[in-house]
Amino acid sequence: MKILVPIKRVPDPYAKIRLLPDGSGIDINGLAFEINPFDEIAIEEAVRTKEAGKATEIVVISIGRDECLEQLRKALAIGADRAILLTHSGAIDPLDTAKLLKAVFEKERPDVVLMGKQGIDGDYNQTGQMLAGLLGIPQATFASKIEWLAGEAKVEREVDAGIETIIVKVPAVITTDLRLNEPRYVPLPGIIKARSKPLDVSPAIEVGPAKIQVLRMDKPPSRPPGRKVSSVAELVTALRDEAKVL
Amino acid sequence: MSKLLVIAETDGSRVLPSTSSAIAFAQQSGLPFDLLCLGGSVDPSDYADYGAGCVYVGNDARLEHPIADRFAAACREVASRGYFHIACASSTFGRDLLPRLAALLDAPMLSDVLSIISIEEGTYTRPMYAGAATATVQIKGNPILLSVRTTAFEKPERRERSKTEPITIGDLPEGSVWESATTSATGRPDLTQARVVVSGGRPLRDAATFEEYIGGLADLLGGAVGATRAAVDSGLAGNDLQVGQTGKTVAPDLYIAAGISGSTQHLAGMIGSKVIVAINKDPDAPIFEVADYGIVADLYDAIPAMKTLLQRSRGSSL
Ligand SMILES: Cc1cc2nc3c(=O)[nH]c(=O)nc-3n(C[C@H](O)[C@H](O)[C@H](O)COP(=O)(O)OP(=O)(O)OC[C@H]3O[C@@H](n4cnc5c(N)ncnc54)[C@H](O)[C@@H]3O)c2cc1C
Ligand SMILES: Nc1ncnc2c1ncn2[C@@H]1O[C@H](COP(=O)(O)O)[C@@H](O)[C@H]1O
Repeated sequence: MKILVPIKRVPDPYAKIRLLPDGSGIDINGLAFEINPFDEIAIEEAVRTKEAGKATEIVVISIGRDECLEQLRKALAIGADRAILLTHSGAIDPLDTAKLLKAVFEKERPDVVLMGKQGIDGDYNQTGQMLAGLLGIPQATFASKIEWLAGEAKVEREVDAGIETIIVKVPAVITTDLRLNEPRYVPLPGIIKARSKPLDVSPAIEVGPAKIQVLRMDKPPSRPPGRKVSSVAELVTALRDEAKVL
Repeated sequence: MSKLLVIAETDGSRVLPSTSSAIAFAQQSGLPFDLLCLGGSVDPSDYADYGAGCVYVGNDARLEHPIADRFAAACREVASRGYFHIACASSTFGRDLLPRLAALLDAPMLSDVLSIISIEEGTYTRPMYAGAATATVQIKGNPILLSVRTTAFEKPERRERSKTEPITIGDLPEGSVWESATTSATGRPDLTQARVVVSGGRPLRDAATFEEYIGGLADLLGGAVGATRAAVDSGLAGNDLQVGQTGKTVAPDLYIAAGISGSTQHLAGMIGSKVIVAINKDPDAPIFEVADYGIVADLYDAIPAMKTLLQRSRGSSL
């Protein structure tokens, strides 16, 4: 089985995001960038599947600036076999990302695409579903457990009501949720060693003008300052008589 | 005038309450709208007096469970009847379905719409970076798809009764098959709809302790239970209780956060609550920055004390 893992370079989820004063975007000065956490979970799952003898090849793909090489190298160090970078500067609509990934899918012919449910920068949660839709293949989103069967995957999904289990025929797109696994730590020497693995860089084909444009970014309205109370009795009284929520 | 199509969230047999938000969004848009309900045996009557021109009902055994591959294919035909806007609640149902439908229609989509700025200009606001930014975005396409943040669009108003039109479902993909579902049905109100939410974090010792302290307080207040990712990851609570950037969004009248540090990711899911209470033993915990009322205390002392006081005041007000 061959697994394709699309990964996105995003700001460190634990960094504080500051906005530029003119509202044109976020301030990337001094900001650390990482593999999108959900994509790291996808890589980990692919590598575990290979380690279990159920996958033969893992190809990671990223679309973005040259800086994405850093994240692709880390993916190779975690255990991917090959990496592809399609260079593109600036933001891309999820639908265009899905179209670029579709072209890669058609060339690589993987049995399964494992990817994040959501990029934690744009918070779209769209690309995997769109890719599956464009390809006309099954999708299993928000996976917390994957069992590989012959020609099928049994996927437990985290949905609003709890857990839902579906069986999808491969090829399929599976998107990861937080509980699927806990990604391993990769020591620095591993990242250096992975430099010998193949990494293919080429420009992304033109996707045409963006259909979604961020006109400005503002800080969400701040909440009025609250206060500390010194006892539970004071808290209950305040909730009842002041806030009137009890 | 262009028309809007609302896709109802159903579990295959019932239309779910998140649909109200998508209808509220449609009403706010000022556009004429229709409602599409798909399932195995859905009865849309509770949602047929909000002013939709037409309520399409597509009941088919193959749609008994909400499988996105099938639902998207089934929506496609109706969606192609000249709708310029297609909206659905941003629940896991909508997040699963709507982008796939967008791909089938070769159309762009916005997720988690918070407000409409201008329907004509295609401008809306939506959160990015776990809510650190509220983005004003412009979307161009025909059609466009919009998933609606349920806490941002409240109750729709009752309007004239809609006519109902059954639709027949054509070919559907068969590559995905529903197998089973497990729900942690508790008899408590639904987290996203509750007036009071009590949430717990990592310091709760185990699932039983979580249930005793967090669940116990929630029950006294007639509220729902929520949790942080840390609490869900360590098995204290079910995944369906996770509040935050990558979990559920809630906006109750009262949100009590006990043993929760206040990470950006958690705040993203509850910052819209009317009154926020923080119980944390660290006076510098970031949760206090957003709390209306904070108490620096050990939750193992504070929660039992609160329960006692609440029970007593219940008793005296009877
Ligand atoms: C991609 C990604 C997505 C994420 N999505 C989400 C999400 O949707 N929702 C979410 O919640 N998190 C999410 N997180 C995780 C988030 O970053 C935090 O790790 C998490 O919210 C912390 O949970 P916590 O507050 O329970 O734990 P901690 O941060 O460990 O905080 C525990 C708090 O409890 C206090 N405490 C300890 N003992 C007691 C006691 N006895 N009494 C009172 N107070 C006590 C401590 O002072 C501390 O402030 C996500 C992270 C990533 C990377
Ligand atoms: N530029 C990109 N390059 C590679 N993969 C991407 C890119 N953007 C999004 N993805 C994939 O799509 C998933 C969902 O992203 P999104 O729809 O933007 O929330 C991510 O977790 C990635 O797996």
